[in-house]
Amino acid sequence: MIGIQHYLVVSALLFSLGILGVLTRRNAVNVLMGIELILNSANLNLVAFSRYGAGNLQGQLFAVFVIVIAAAEVAVALAIVLTLYRLRRTPNLDEADVLKG
Amino acid sequence: MTPEAAIFYLFAVLAVGSAAVVVLARSLIYSAFALLFTFFSVAGLYVILGADFLAASQLLIYVGGILVLLLFGVMLTHKIYELDLRSEVTQFLPGAIIWVGIVAMLLATIMRTRWKVGPGRAPLPTTTEIGLQFMGPWLLPFEAASILLLVALIGAAMIVRRKPGA
Repeated sequence: MIGIQHYLVVSALLFSLGILGVLTRRNAVNVLMGIELILNSANLNLVAFSRYGAGNLQGQLFAVFVIVIAAAEVAVALAIVLTLYRLRRTPNLDEADVLKG
Repeated sequence: MTPEAAIFYLFAVLAVGSAAVVVLARSLIYSAFALLFTFFSVAGLYVILGADFLAASQLLIYVGGILVLLLFGVMLTHKIYELDLRSEVTQFLPGAIIWVGIVAMLLATIMRTRWKVGPGRAPLPTTTEIGLQFMGPWLLPFEAASILLLVALIGAAMIVRRKPGA
């Protein structure tokens, strides 16, 4: 059986790539893709600890909740992005600066 | 190398590689389809970890639901005749520096920590057990999550609805 570090490394790389996407993309939909990568890496960690840990299923149960939150988050976020596009004609986040003083 | 390790490395390389394409691709459509491969490979990793129910949920919800929603988002926030669907990258250098920092920190932590590995769980079917757990000790969080999902979806529909007369 391969060690738990392998899964943690994969998860760390997915997480950091998600952070990079959130930080560097202008398009709001692309930022959402980065957030999905981050949530997936968290889930991978939870499932790996569930497999290698105390031998119960609680990590997997928690991962189900993370999936539910991800679905709710992406629905609400896309609604906001569509409204932004309807108002400002742009999907770019740096052009949505109405509240900037 | 055991078959398990070979399959693990295949899925791991596929997941990280396609995640890099998601972040770095110039076109939104390329990003969305690379995200498909990332979700698939993470589902494969779940299978190796013995989480069969979660692997199926990952495919159904992420690939069938979230990815389709994201593709709708791509299509609805661009004019339909704009074929290139560009997505620019801004502040790449600060982002890359932060990325290197996060990777170094996480990898150092993972390598230095002596992970306390328990007896582990034999890769048995999990669906029955998960269902019993949700209907038993985890009933309240389960119901709360379903109400949260309902509220979020109704809220999303309310946000994007065109106001009558507007």
